[in-house]
Formats: sequence, C-alpha cells, structure tokens
Amino acid sequence: MIDSQLLALLLIPLSGGLLLAVFGSRSWAAELNSLMSFGTFVASVVLTMRIIDSGPQVAFGEEFFIDQFNVFLVALTAFVAFTTSLFSRPYMRIEQHHGKLSTGMLHLYYSMYQMFTFAMLVALTTNNMGIVWVAMEAATLTTVLLVSLYRTPASLEAAWKYFILCGVGIALALFGTILLYFAAERLLGEGGTALLWTHLNQVKSGLEPTVLKLAFVFLLVGYGTKVGLVPLHSWLPDAHAEGPTPVSAVLSGLLLNVALCAVVRSKVLVDGSLGTHFAGNLMMGFGLLSVVVASLSLFRQKDIKRMFAYSSIEHMGLITFAFGMGGPVATFAGLLHMTVHSLTKSAIFFAVGHAVQKVGTQQMENIRGLLQVSPTVGWGLAIGTFAILGMPPFGVFSSEFLIITTAMHEYPWATPILLIALGIAFAAIFGKIQPVVFGETTAKRLPHPPALIPVFAHLLLVLMLGLYMPPYLADWYRQAAALLG
Amino acid sequence: MQIPLSLQFINLLAALLLLIAFAMLTQRRILSLINLFALQGFVLAISTFVVAYSTSQHHLYYSAGLTLLLKVLLLPWLLHRLIRKLNVRWDVETMINIPTTMLVGIALVIFSFNLAAPISQLAEGITRGLIGIALASVLLSLLMMLTRRKAVSQVVAFLSLENGLFFAATSATQGMPLVVELGIALDVLVATFIFGIFFFQIRETFDSLDITHMEKLKDD
Repeated sequence: MIDSQLLALLLIPLSGGLLLAVFGSRSWAAELNSLMSFGTFVASVVLTMRIIDSGPQVAFGEEFFIDQFNVFLVALTAFVAFTTSLFSRPYMRIEQHHGKLSTGMLHLYYSMYQMFTFAMLVALTTNNMGIVWVAMEAATLTTVLLVSLYRTPASLEAAWKYFILCGVGIALALFGTILLYFAAERLLGEGGTALLWTHLNQVKSGLEPTVLKLAFVFLLVGYGTKVGLVPLHSWLPDAHAEGPTPVSAVLSGLLLNVALCAVVRSKVLVDGSLGTHFAGNLMMGFGLLSVVVASLSLFRQKDIKRMFAYSSIEHMGLITFAFGMGGPVATFAGLLHMTVHSLTKSAIFFAVGHAVQKVGTQQMENIRGLLQVSPTVGWGLAIGTFAILGMPPFGVFSSEFLIITTAMHEYPWATPILLIALGIAFAAIFGKIQPVVFGETTAKRLPHPPALIPVFAHLLLVLMLGLYMPPYLADWYRQAAALLG
Repeated sequence: MQIPLSLQFINLLAALLLLIAFAMLTQRRILSLINLFALQGFVLAISTFVVAYSTSQHHLYYSAGLTLLLKVLLLPWLLHRLIRKLNVRWDVETMINIPTTMLVGIALVIFSFNLAAPISQLAEGITRGLIGIALASVLLSLLMMLTRRKAVSQVVAFLSLENGLFFAATSATQGMPLVVELGIALDVLVATFIFGIFFFQIRETFDSLDITHMEKLKDD
C-alpha cells in the first residue's frame, strides 16, 4: 500500500520528465508540465495523510523511509513545484514572446523541471545516505543547464560557478558519507544495510565518535554549500539572479530545504554517537555567520533578484541556527520557518518575475511605481516583502519570534546578534523595495496576462500560519520535532 | 607482523595514486593531463580489483569493470575528442607558479594525514593510511581546481577529485553498496556530458575557454 503510494509520487515526475523530453516543444507542453506537477502534488497529499494516520513507514525493502519530518517537506516541495509550474506557464510564454527564449530552450526547461522535482523527492524520501548524495547531485545536474538557459555571458558564468562550487561541495559530502559508512560497517557489517538511515539510527550510540565527528564536518560543509551557508554561498546569488525566475523560485524555496534536510538527518546520527552538542554548535556557528554576512550584503545589492537571493541565505542561516539549537521549541520553529520561507520567497520571486518583465530590467533603480501599472503585481511584491521581513501577522513573524525567544533562554549571547542582523535586513530590503512599489512608473504592458494566483495563494497561507495554526498541523510539526530531538 | 601480499599491493597502488595526483598538479599540457587522468583511473581500477579479490566481494568486480570502462576509456576518449574539436592544447598559465603549488600540496598531504590519524588507528592494520592518502588526493585535486585557469583542466581536476573519493570508498572501506556506486558513476557520466555542453556554450559566448573571462559577476 505504502509502496504504491510512494511509487506514484516518484513515478509521476519521472514520467513527466520523459514525456516532456519527447513532447517538450509542443504548444501544450506548459499545460502538461502543470498537469504532471498537479499529479505529484495529489500523490504527496495522499502519502501525507497516510503517514499522519499510521506513523513512520519504510517502503521497498527499507530503501525508502518516510516519517513526519520528511513527508512534511515532500508535501511542501510538491505544492511549491505545482504553483511554480502554474506561474511559469505564462511567464515563459512572455519570455518567448520577448525573444529571450527559443522553443528548444523551453523544451529543455520543461523536461528538466520535472526531473528536478523527481531528484528532490528521491533525496527526501530515500533511506540510504548514499542515495541522498546521488539524488542531491542529480538535482544540481538538472538545474545547472536551466541557470544558463538564456545563454548570456553572465548566465553562463553563474551556471559554471554553480556547477563547480556545488560539485566541490557535494564531493566533500560524499567523503563524509564514506566516513559514515566506514564507521557503520563495523557495527552493521558490509553491504546494503550499513548506509540505511533507520539502521544507523538504531545503532547510533555505538558509532565511533571520532569518525562521526569528522564525517559530520564534511557532510555539513558539503551539503551546506547547497544550503547556501556562508562562506560557501557565492554561487547562490549569481544562480538566482541570472537563471529564469521560476528556477530561482524552486532553487530558493525548495532545493535549499532539501539540502538542509540531509544535514539535519546527519545531525541526528552524530548527536546520538557523540552525546555532546558538537553538531549543534557547528550548525549554530555557520547559521549565525550566514545571517550576519547576508544581511550586511543586502545594502550593496542593486539587482532585485540578487537581493532576494541574499535574503534566502539569511533565512537559511536562521533555520540552520534553529536546528542547531535543538530541543522541541527551536526545532518546531525551524520547521515552521522552512515552510513559511519557502512559500513567501517563491511568492516574492513570482511577483518579481512579472515586475521585471514589465520593466525589462532587474536593476532596482530602474523599477519604479509598480502599483500604478499593475496593482496586483505591486501589492503582491509589497505584501510578500512585509511577510519575509517578519512583520506580524504573517507566519514568518511567529517562527522568528519562537527562534529568538528560544535563543534568549538557551544562548542569550546570540540574541542581540540575531536582532541586529534582522534589523539591518529590514532596513535594507524595505528601503529598496519601497520606491520600487510606490512612486512614478516606467513599466509597460505584457503580451500575456501574468499568473498571480500562486502569489496570493502562498501569501494567504503564510498569513494563515501567522494568525491561526490548525491543531493538526501543529501536532504534525510537534511530532516531526520530536523525531529530530 | 606479516602483512598479506594483497594489502602490500594496495598500499603500493595508493602511493602511486598520490604520486599521480602530484604529477597532475605540475602538468602544464592538457593532453598529458588527460593521459595522467586515465592512468589514475587505471590504478584505481586495479586497486578495486585487488580489494575485490582479497575480500571476495563480487560487486566490487563490477565496480572495477565500471571504473575501467568509464574512467580509463570513455571519459579520456570524450575529453580527447572535445579538445580536438575545441582546438585547445596548452594550459600555460597557472595562477600560482608550480614550485609554490607543490609546497602547498605537500602541506595538504601532511594536513590530511594528521586529520586521518585518529581514524587510521581504528582501522585493523590493513587499511591504515589509506584514508589519509584518499583525503590527500581529494585535497590535491581541489588545489588543482583552484590554480587552473582553463575550463578543461578544471574539469579534469574535478574528475580526479571523484577518483580520490572512489578510492576512499572502495579501498579504505572495502566497497560501498553497489546501488550507491552505480548512482555515483551515473552522476559522474552525466556531469561530464554537461561539462561538454558547457565548453561549447562558453566558447561560443566568450571565444575562449579561459575562465578568467568569467569573473564579471560581483555584488555591485
């Protein structure tokens, strides 16, 4: 039963990728893309209900493992992938109309979009730490040609940087995985089971601490490169700014979460083996550094997509910090922040995408008065910005509030650093977005009506999470937090 | 203590691997670099074969065969074809001069042996030192990636980094599960194809494969 539900979740995007590899240049490719993403979303909802009912499950002879923690990320991934496919339908048509993209490029885009979803879902659901690595690398490979889709010098440079930096990062993560296996095979014997997370989790207290310590450093640095943690973040702003906007939305909203999921899974093992707060301290350090460096970089940004990319680094740093602190409340806040950041940031990228199409530039000094041209795009961007800056009553406020209050209890020294960094980020982003939304306009009309339902759907959800969290959802988060310890 | 012959042989191959990593670090010509990469793959395949024979793990024979096919024949052939098409033969400029690079390389080897020392103590005599060597060759490849300017030599460095990791996986831990190895091999293959596509895109756009052209993206 669980096998078939999981099979549906993974097979729909895989077959979507293959179908679109064949039919990607037809006029209905965009609709097929959305349909496949919708199918994936439905499959994820079915799987989620199943897991909430019956608790953690293994599937396919233990090769896959689904618990409350990763099923929540599966649902989030499938949902944002679906709404992004809705957004990309008119967006990519407008790009084609503007002569920036050819049919062949769109063909590549649709096919790779589905394969990317597939790779992320495999990375989330697999039980094998080796397959996590393979799927993460596959996720990079599917998106690297999408970053250079426009074939401009800047986009090629961004894609090359993305490829090389993430390639090196992920290679270090593989070394970490090998060390993990080295420690595990002494307990679990050689062969298939020694990399299965569920088995590792059972024997974690017996894993050799010196090996695990070194393994975690490699895993954190490796997967941390993909999370966008400072100092290995330099691919992220380039890739987000130069790639097509739907790709920025899924990179920022989804890929970073999936990479963080791999880090958190490793942390559970290392904590069990060491019995100290070593892994948590490392994550808090990297997280705090990312928050500070990213918020200081925000002031210097002139490109609107680049600025929001730095804001992603800042938020991923905050989430890493929360998971690093550990404990039920901080982990709960980390999970909530993952959700609201994904929803808000992708909504912002949708709005920014259409705004940039109207004005024809990503330089913020040339984008003015969006409200006059299109109240919906303007309000979408304005509300999204308020939400991401942590204004009440949006969900980002709740999760940031929880993170900071926990930090006050547990690590008082970190609180002023976090508050100052968040304040700086607020001043930088608000100061730059205010004239973009209000003021005199320079924009023109678009040949296709923009897709704004995804923007407001996401923002509404974030608002709802801020005002009222349904008890079953809170329970779900609590269970996931309990699993992570 | 009498060390079995197979282990002495693996240790010898590990030393060869490290030596080749250093040779690659100093090599200026791209063609020789690719040949060295093929040689490194060959040493890797033999060491995997020896491990497979001495521990009688059958799936390691497949890994050895796969390594031979992929890293000794297919990838070097692809790279040779690529540089013939793109007409790049030389990689004259390195960012730092070669003696300095060598010194940094030696420091990296010492560093990785130190880092791996507590782990080596755990290994039951046989694989002692191998993790250190694997880590050293990974770091040497990283260094090569940092010091090269041409896109092709960066890619060879990337692939040789993968070789170091593969050595760690097969020799130091006596083989990862087959499904993981297959996945890794597939990723490496796809990555090489994408690199190939990239070369043509980069050449078309910049008229050169020198990556110093690609340092325009800054924060201002």
